[in-house]
Amino acid sequence: MSSSTFFSHYPYSARRRRWLGMVASALVLGAWSAHAVSREPLPVVATFSILADMVKEVGGDRVAVTTIVGNDADAHGFEPKPQHAKALREAKVLVLNGLDFEPWLPRLTQASGFEGIKVLATEGVKVRRLGGRDTDAGHDHGSAAKHDGHSHGEADPHAWQDLTNGMIYARNIAAGLSKADPRNANYYESRASSYIARMKALDNEVKAAIAAIPPDRRRVISSHDAFGYFAAAYGVDFIPISGLSNQSEPSARDVARIIQMARDTGVAGVFIENMSSSVMAQQVARESGVLMGGTLYADALGPVDQPASTYLGMISWNAGRLVYVLKQSLQN
Amino acid sequence: MEAFYLPFVEFGFMRRALAGSAALALAAGPLGVFLVLRRMSLMGDAMAHAILPGVAVGFLTAGLSLTAMTIGGMVTGLTVALLAAAVSRLTPQREDASFAAFYLVSLGVGVLLISLRGGNTELLHVLFGTVLGLDDAALILVSATSSITLLVLAVIFRPLVMECLDPLFLRSESRMGPVVHVVFLLLLVMTLVAGFQVLGTLMVVGIMMLPAAAARFWSVTATGQMILAALGGVFASYAGLLFSYHANVAASPAIILSAGILYFMSLIFGTQGGLWQVARQARARSLRLSRISRRDE
Repeated sequence: MSSSTFFSHYPYSARRRRWLGMVASALVLGAWSAHAVSREPLPVVATFSILADMVKEVGGDRVAVTTIVGNDADAHGFEPKPQHAKALREAKVLVLNGLDFEPWLPRLTQASGFEGIKVLATEGVKVRRLGGRDTDAGHDHGSAAKHDGHSHGEADPHAWQDLTNGMIYARNIAAGLSKADPRNANYYESRASSYIARMKALDNEVKAAIAAIPPDRRRVISSHDAFGYFAAAYGVDFIPISGLSNQSEPSARDVARIIQMARDTGVAGVFIENMSSSVMAQQVARESGVLMGGTLYADALGPVDQPASTYLGMISWNAGRLVYVLKQSLQN
Repeated sequence: MEAFYLPFVEFGFMRRALAGSAALALAAGPLGVFLVLRRMSLMGDAMAHAILPGVAVGFLTAGLSLTAMTIGGMVTGLTVALLAAAVSRLTPQREDASFAAFYLVSLGVGVLLISLRGGNTELLHVLFGTVLGLDDAALILVSATSSITLLVLAVIFRPLVMECLDPLFLRSESRMGPVVHVVFLLLLVMTLVAGFQVLGTLMVVGIMMLPAAAARFWSVTATGQMILAALGGVFASYAGLLFSYHANVAASPAIILSAGILYFMSLIFGTQGGLWQVARQARARSLRLSRISRRDE
């Protein structure tokens, strides 16, 4: 389709005739299959793997999802390719996280000439801000002191780490899909409802599992500050080694402070994330004598054949990993 | 007083960072002196970029293996250096131009390879290392490389100095010229590859060139400059790490900026052509001239 429009600018008669023929046949086909159009899956672009999985859950077989930043890749420092612009131009719906998680997106949508519906998945989410810490103030997250050099009030984009926000995401996605494809609105709504019911069940499960551990023994170290929402929702203290994006190099003081904290306050484990470097985390673990807790999934899903390859799978993997490590440190 | 050593006593990662960057500085400084002598000061930077595709291939094929990435980096770095040298000998094109062409092509290939793994920051971290995250393997790699570099430099010291200062004389005396040149390139690439992964690209080139450029203001002999450059690099590593600790800033830029301050101080106060000295000599000369002219009147 795209190549024929491109070549149609050339005045070769044969090509033009072929082009006209294609238009004519497309018109005929279109008229013939007008009633069957709804069978054609709705082309949707999701900016990263977690949103893509949610769109697949809500949209079922009525949508065809293209993911821009795939599994195990980092959306913070991503560079789009021409194929992404092409997918975006052909898409009817674009699902994005917002909160500056996709800094490359405005230029990409502009360049691609995307004309569909934009779904802001975080619409209506209670945004956590760095420095501000508006979530339950009596609770010490351990990392508040770390960000004195960070720009205050910067929004934390990792809202999906709280399943309650995941439910808002699912509703927003369902609303967006219904708007683009009103014929299947009921289908999307009912799929979203059952998806949300599963989220609620998992939410209760995670809360129950973590409630079994004393609140003062729930402190871990993570490689970057991606679990603020998880911490607020489920009451686990995360001490991040580097900031929101994992591209900034920590200072010697930061590393020293984290090691000191790990030595003094009983940290259960050091966790690395699927798309970030483990070098610093290993250094902290080695020096503070705290065990490596394994991999948590923060900004991207895991490979297709692994448990963390879906949104729900990711949350339950993270929670399971955390609870396992926290329980182990209880016994010591 | 405690502030000057306590961070290193208290934290192993600070000791590792100091050991790693000091080991690198000991070998990189002398290499930098030779680059300055040969008027190839910008070549270190070019070489550091030329290494990229090899390291990327090593990572893509063997994962996080220090050995694979080192071998890959050595191969591409040497290929670029030798091709550039060959072009400059076989064609009228100068070595700096052919070098620029080859390293840019190599850099392009490297960036392309990295983008194949779309947004994989792990690879970027691997490529641009971090001085605060040194583990045993990285420390062994950098100290082994530095030791080999220093030993080989000691062996080829005389012909190398001769090749820098008077290549025609060396050519008339022996056939060692090209061999020495290649061995020198090999050492350069080896140090860059080790430093690249351990301390990052900015860091390794900075710790190579800045102390060497600074040393030129204090000594006229190659030996003196090499010793000063090595010591200057070690001191910059120590000062930078301490600054990173107390001022809460990123470590590798702090080390490079310490080396930069060292350079500016040398530029101003150096006894071999430093600005202060040049100004004083100029003033003395004009005073002398005016005295002479007054006497003549």
